[in-house]
Amino acid sequence: MSLLDLDYMLGLAPILMRYLPLTLEMAAAGMVLALVLACGLAVIRVLRIPGLNAATLLFISFFRGTPLLVQLFLFYYGLPQLLAFLTQINGVTATIMGLTLHFSAYMAESIRAAIVGVDRSQTEAALSIGMTNGQLMRRIVLPQATRVAVPTLMNYFIDMIKATSLAFTLGVTELMGATQKEAAGSFLYFEAFITVAIFYWAIVELLAWFQRRLETRLNEAYRR
Amino acid sequence: MIKVAGLIKRFGGTAVLDGIDLAIEQGEIIVVIGPSGTGKSTLLRCLNFLERPDAGRLTINDLDVDVTRASRRDILTARRRTAFVFQNYALFANKTALENIAEGLIVVNRWPKEKAHARAREILARIGLADKADAYPASLSGGQQQRVGIGRAMAAQAEVILFDEPTSSLDPEWVEEVLELMKQLARERQTMLVVTHEMSFARDVADRVIFMEGGRIVEQGPPDQLFGAPQDPRTRNFLRKVLATQVSPEGVN
Repeated sequence: MSLLDLDYMLGLAPILMRYLPLTLEMAAAGMVLALVLACGLAVIRVLRIPGLNAATLLFISFFRGTPLLVQLFLFYYGLPQLLAFLTQINGVTATIMGLTLHFSAYMAESIRAAIVGVDRSQTEAALSIGMTNGQLMRRIVLPQATRVAVPTLMNYFIDMIKATSLAFTLGVTELMGATQKEAAGSFLYFEAFITVAIFYWAIVELLAWFQRRLETRLNEAYRR
Repeated sequence: MIKVAGLIKRFGGTAVLDGIDLAIEQGEIIVVIGPSGTGKSTLLRCLNFLERPDAGRLTINDLDVDVTRASRRDILTARRRTAFVFQNYALFANKTALENIAEGLIVVNRWPKEKAHARAREILARIGLADKADAYPASLSGGQQQRVGIGRAMAAQAEVILFDEPTSSLDPEWVEEVLELMKQLARERQTMLVVTHEMSFARDVADRVIFMEGGRIVEQGPPDQLFGAPQDPRTRNFLRKVLATQVSPEGVN
């Protein structure tokens, strides 16, 4: 037997493949929902909408200020005690909820910074030709803010993919949960966890490849 | 015809515009001169509602509003009838030269994209940048960017183009091409209200020169009269200072 039991790893990979979709689904749902929520929060912050602005600040403060694991336990174990209708909340839902709220807090701030960073004179130019505020945002500000926000948002997406592994602490059998079970059965812990590490690494590299292509496209207008 | 009456704009306690009355005839080219901080740019910005005036009446063709009561619709109308050329060009950085010029036609005037792009190409040809249609602002020189800025204003087919120190941010080498384009527009009798420190442009091109100081119009008249025989001591004082520093080969009267 060699240092690594490669046959075991090659056998484990197809088993883990079956749990990949759940991991990707949680990550994708978290990304979409967090992005939508973060855009909303960012707009509230940029426009300083009275009342909502203060609430948003508190939201961001809490979800940035506490560990994701604590938040997940709070949703999964804590909330059902408080709110009876949540008794059926399952681990997947709680994970998506946690990822959404946690990461939207971070993303809202980088989206806000990107919006504020768009050259003020372009805003005036758009208004001067008679654009409405909505047209100004859609056509001029948001496309440019996107370019600035994409690198940091991608970092959060990468973080989120890896954070789905915390779902296993809520009893969800996703990539990490499945690996844990397999490892416990075979006692080949190193092989099992290096295999799952390669899975996460590959997903993140795929996303990074997509990010590079996206950034090249978004930077087209700024090459001299 | 464009008319403002009793225009007042305050920043904090100070009146930057202190009762401006001005009528601009169609096809008229007016140059506004005066010391820095006397409200010249603010006047242009108020006509375009980039600043909200504190009092006054604005008339542009059939739009006739008390500026303090102007509705959102009035403001959009006023903006569509007044095009603005900015000191720092303010081109849309995410759009090509062609798209910068076509943007207003597509978004504001709701033209189909092909028609707007065709018009934008005509304008690019007129401003001498036909070969730069697909260039982004970052790859254009200052002079080229400002010509696109003027092209964007031309596309709006506004009643008047407001020029806010259009050559002040330019390296000296690019000033001439921008002034040349403005002269071309003047020959086509495009109505223009120009704030500038280019005295020779004022002398050569303007139908009327307005001297502003302290938020008021101190003196106005044809360039020969204003430069040749200024009546007000403040005008004389200002002209003495600027003409001493602006050396042009042919001199200024």
